[in-house]
Amino acid sequence: MPRVVVDVMLKPEILDPQGQAVAAALPRLGFDGIVRVRQGKRFELTVDGEVTDDRIAEVRRAAETLLANPVIEDFTVRVEP
Amino acid sequence: MTGPVVTTPTVSAGAGVDRSSPVGARIGVVTFPGSLDDRDALRAIVAAGGTAVPLWHADADLHGVDAVVLPGGFSYGDYLRTGAIARFAPVMTAVVEAAHDGLPVLGICNGFQLLTEAHLLPGALARNASLRFVCRDQRLRVESSATAWTSGYAAGQEIVVPVKNGEGAYVADDATLDALESEGRVVVRYLGSNPNGSYRDIAGIANASGTIVGLMPHPEHAIDPLTGPSRDGMGFFTSILRRMLTGTVGAR
Repeated sequence: MPRVVVDVMLKPEILDPQGQAVAAALPRLGFDGIVRVRQGKRFELTVDGEVTDDRIAEVRRAAETLLANPVIEDFTVRVEP
Repeated sequence: MTGPVVTTPTVSAGAGVDRSSPVGARIGVVTFPGSLDDRDALRAIVAAGGTAVPLWHADADLHGVDAVVLPGGFSYGDYLRTGAIARFAPVMTAVVEAAHDGLPVLGICNGFQLLTEAHLLPGALARNASLRFVCRDQRLRVESSATAWTSGYAAGQEIVVPVKNGEGAYVADDATLDALESEGRVVVRYLGSNPNGSYRDIAGIANASGTIVGLMPHPEHAIDPLTGPSRDGMGFFTSILRRMLTGTVGAR
């Protein structure tokens, strides 16, 4: 069955202490080339039947209602090939 | 109600608390799966002289209460985001509708997170800047006594109540923060060191009419010197009961 992926990220202006903690840990492990980390969430939604425009619209509504909090988070919706 | 049978908790004010003049106002406290501080909130209401009414997350109505407290805890495990699942509990449909009609609502900690998720208050609560769960007695300044829940305090009054959260950083965009400040809707502010990185040291806010208040610190844990740092939290509960008596708040 087809999958739709919703990626949720904190808005750029919202502090991301988790991402900062990860970024601080990387150099200690020898990963010197990574200068910044932002941490987000990925949702994989398995949908019923074909991925129609209506289905995408439904996923988008679900994302803005529940999966993301639009006050502090942005999201993107894409169909998994 | 289907599912588990919930009996009414026995709520007692405990020793040393004056219960001689109950005013009869009925204040509901919602218990969600994962609520922690519902019993303390019920107890605080009784100690302040009110009638505490336990409400259940699966209830479709509010049983005619005069005000509602959304307590602290980790409702529905705080999965996804704090308060994000609880916001869609059946009882919240009734709470949101009644709150829009003027029912006073106090959200404490997880209850505050819930109020922002339900869009009854602006902004959101994000993970503590320190990434640590912070549990300590906290000095606060009551910035506004013009709400249903803080009328018993003097504006500018300093109080000490416990704060205990892992995701208590109040965040909002600058326009929202400026509006809250200019409209006098910042209700309490952290004094001393900011426990969680909240923008502008904001510990609690109100809606425009002052009926809905959310704060991260726990006034219900500061009603008895035996178990808390002070009795400074009692004012939240006596304020609402006094407003019920004088009839200035409580359009239902």
